[in-house]
Amino acid sequence: MSDTTNTGASAPAGEQAKASWRFLKGHLREYGILFALIAIMAFFQIATGGILLKPVNLTNLILQNSYIVIMAIGMLLVIVAGHIDLSVGSVLGFIGALAAVMIVNWDVPYLLAGIICLAAGAVIGMAQGFWIAYFRIPSFIVTLAGMLVFKGLTLWLLAGQSVGPFPSQFQLISSGFLADPFGMDGFNLLSLLIGIALAVGLLVLSIRSRQSQAKTGAPAEPFAFFAAKNALIFVAIIYMSYLMADFRGLPNVFIVMALLIAIYSFVTARTTVGRRIYAIGGNEKAATLSGINSKRLTFFTFANMGMLAALAGLVFAARLNTATPKAGATFELDVIAAVFIGGASMSGGVGTVVGAVVGAFIMGVMNNGMSILGIGIDWQQVIKGLVLLAAVIFDVMNKQKG
Amino acid sequence: MATLLEMRGITKTFPGVKALDNVNMKVEEGEIHALVGENGAGKSTLMKVLSGVYAHGSYEGDIVYDGDVKAFRGITDSEDVGIIIIHQELALIPLLSIAENIFLGNERANGGIIDWRETERRAAELIERVGLKETPRTVVDDLGLGKQQLVEIAKALSKDVRLMILDEPTSSLNEQDSEKLLDLLLEFKKKGMTSILISHKLNEISRVADTITVLRDGSTVARLDCKGGISEDDIIRDMVGRSLDDRYPPKVDHTKDDVAMEVANWTVHHPLHPERKVVENVSFHVKRGEVLGIAGLMGAGRTELAMSLFGRSYGRDISGEASINGQPVDLSSVRRAINAGLAYVTEDRKTYGLVLDQTIRRNVPLAKLDAVADGLVVNKSREAEVAERYRKRLNIKSSSIEQETVNLSGGNQQKVVLSKWLFADPDILILDEPTRGIDVGAKFEIYTVIRDLAASGKAVIVISSEMPELLGITDRLYVMNEGRFVGEMPTSEASQERIMSTIIKSGDRT
Repeated sequence: MSDTTNTGASAPAGEQAKASWRFLKGHLREYGILFALIAIMAFFQIATGGILLKPVNLTNLILQNSYIVIMAIGMLLVIVAGHIDLSVGSVLGFIGALAAVMIVNWDVPYLLAGIICLAAGAVIGMAQGFWIAYFRIPSFIVTLAGMLVFKGLTLWLLAGQSVGPFPSQFQLISSGFLADPFGMDGFNLLSLLIGIALAVGLLVLSIRSRQSQAKTGAPAEPFAFFAAKNALIFVAIIYMSYLMADFRGLPNVFIVMALLIAIYSFVTARTTVGRRIYAIGGNEKAATLSGINSKRLTFFTFANMGMLAALAGLVFAARLNTATPKAGATFELDVIAAVFIGGASMSGGVGTVVGAVVGAFIMGVMNNGMSILGIGIDWQQVIKGLVLLAAVIFDVMNKQKG
Repeated sequence: MATLLEMRGITKTFPGVKALDNVNMKVEEGEIHALVGENGAGKSTLMKVLSGVYAHGSYEGDIVYDGDVKAFRGITDSEDVGIIIIHQELALIPLLSIAENIFLGNERANGGIIDWRETERRAAELIERVGLKETPRTVVDDLGLGKQQLVEIAKALSKDVRLMILDEPTSSLNEQDSEKLLDLLLEFKKKGMTSILISHKLNEISRVADTITVLRDGSTVARLDCKGGISEDDIIRDMVGRSLDDRYPPKVDHTKDDVAMEVANWTVHHPLHPERKVVENVSFHVKRGEVLGIAGLMGAGRTELAMSLFGRSYGRDISGEASINGQPVDLSSVRRAINAGLAYVTEDRKTYGLVLDQTIRRNVPLAKLDAVADGLVVNKSREAEVAERYRKRLNIKSSSIEQETVNLSGGNQQKVVLSKWLFADPDILILDEPTRGIDVGAKFEIYTVIRDLAASGKAVIVISSEMPELLGITDRLYVMNEGRFVGEMPTSEASQERIMSTIIKSGDRT
């Protein structure tokens, strides 16, 4: 165990370069995932001859991946707490079916139906979380059972048929765009302004957090990294929102996603609840002996997952404009893969919401890019599998070296 | 008699600690050789060197076995020449049968296909030899601990054992089973087998041993010949005989008159074997400003007592009353115990104390997270300030509070755990083996913290297997053995000999 001395700002230039290098090595994973996303996007942008970042395709990319991203956020919490949820794909399908039956067959107002669906999702999560948290049944088993149960219930609810179409207001969740009050022809100015506001907001937040870090003497990342990272994010957000404004503006579901990412990032990083979830995932025994109610937290983690799966179910059903018995099949695998690509650890206690979202987009960009290139679904699966494996191998090797 | 085994000048160093320092041990063929010493004296390390767990090259010195210098690279090497070790924690697979366990890893098979008839025939023979009245198909889980121990011995016999090492074989057995086991050892001796017996129970040792090697602080301090008879007192003197110089901070008795915590008739049952009482009818009290010690051997039930008090974290069917500052308290969950003013610093900091992958900053406030949060939101600068304050106060050697605790040394990890509980600001702290596996310098710092806590009016309960430590820092002592409190004394009147003999006398009664 080495007793390294504090590397303050007063260190000589050579020392500083060394410190930067050490910092980069220590945080390789966090930067690595962002670099990977950029590299993959650049690759497909070139390989597809610029189609990838065409406004229409970019918008499509976000719509296509929204439900995976929403579920990945919930799954991140589950995996950080040291568990897994295999049932999310089936729950997504079941909730879509429930919504369709209520709205289309029974004429329940779509708003009421949506609320009932979210509540149903939360109840499903609680039912599974109950056994996992209080009876210590392994989550793998409980949610594997849930996967079969809800797949079956979806079939039963829909009587094997597709049910649709939905009323047009309901479809707006996933096919609607932010209305533009400025009325410019072919350009959604409000969307661009929101993008700019978002970028500026994020920049201010990270500058403030860096300032408070400096005040408490915590070692911050070297200024060069800090500046480069924030500049990149700033430009990327504005550019993306410009592209989308040039098409039809920001999709409604993008707003929902952005809000969820912001809320859950805050909950995981800054609240006592978040801290405790990481603690029980890192060492449940130590957490319990520190007075943390790990059973109740695990229970709520699954309830939350169920609710987010329900939301994803609504978004997916609205996007297809119909509920089909096959909806959601194997989605759980994409969601879990996204979380692990995003740097979460199988044993719990490690992972970030932003990482999971980036992981989901890495998968999404690859799907989209390979489809544009005309690569068959067969090879797409092979490549996605290998990327998942490579990401986790990278993680493990990185940790062993450190 | 020829010499079967000679270990010459064995020295084994771990980072920062010399576990064995020039240890010599000589075992004659056909004898029962006892290896004794306090916890941490190096007995287990020495046996791990002998059995190849610590491979040749990771230690200095020679192992001469059967006339040759041996270089074991692993357990299989030592087993090949007939050295078999039976560990304190039994290594049986509970849901397999006796026969399957005996031949695990050594299956009676032809070309990979198990010959069940041969397996059961051989197993039946071995079971007979160890005097076990069970069929080879009985599942191990259905056997009591005494019988499981016999299965372990049968397993050793199946490997053509020449030197059998038994590590605390009777520690979890009752009187009757222990007797049976010792008789079996004597019987094997008549047939020419050699064994090494590691035990704390000196009455057993003086009954069966021919020679005794005494280890203390990683060195051989005596080799006693039992042929002419030997008294337990002689062994005890060699085991503990060491001077207490200034390894402890000066002790000023701050004991106040008011009782901080009182526990009456506390009884705890084993979580898996409900018929076994792990803690039996224990009553004690601790005053404010007092450092109270609980002495005893490993397995006496001290950790179980502490953890059952702390939010019922151990055991089942817990009964008894507890009161803090004169008021009866509900200790039925960890949260309630913390709120009642109790804290428990675990003996196993890696499993129960720290979230290892997380930083010092995140570990320190964990037991009282609300105090560094505004409502639900963690106030990062207050959190950092708290962590930094304790890092300085306890002199935690680290690059910063952002260092992950997994990368700290044992002593510094212990200080992080201690910080966590100091921040929770309890009235009564239970410290379980607070200095296990940490170096002398850090020990002194932790002793100082303990004395300071008492001086500030807190009650501190220290559980330790190191008797000099208890004598050095406590004001009053209880002695615990086999789940019961068997003695109480002011530390000023205590000595290691007195503690040892209290334990042994209580163990002698049948």
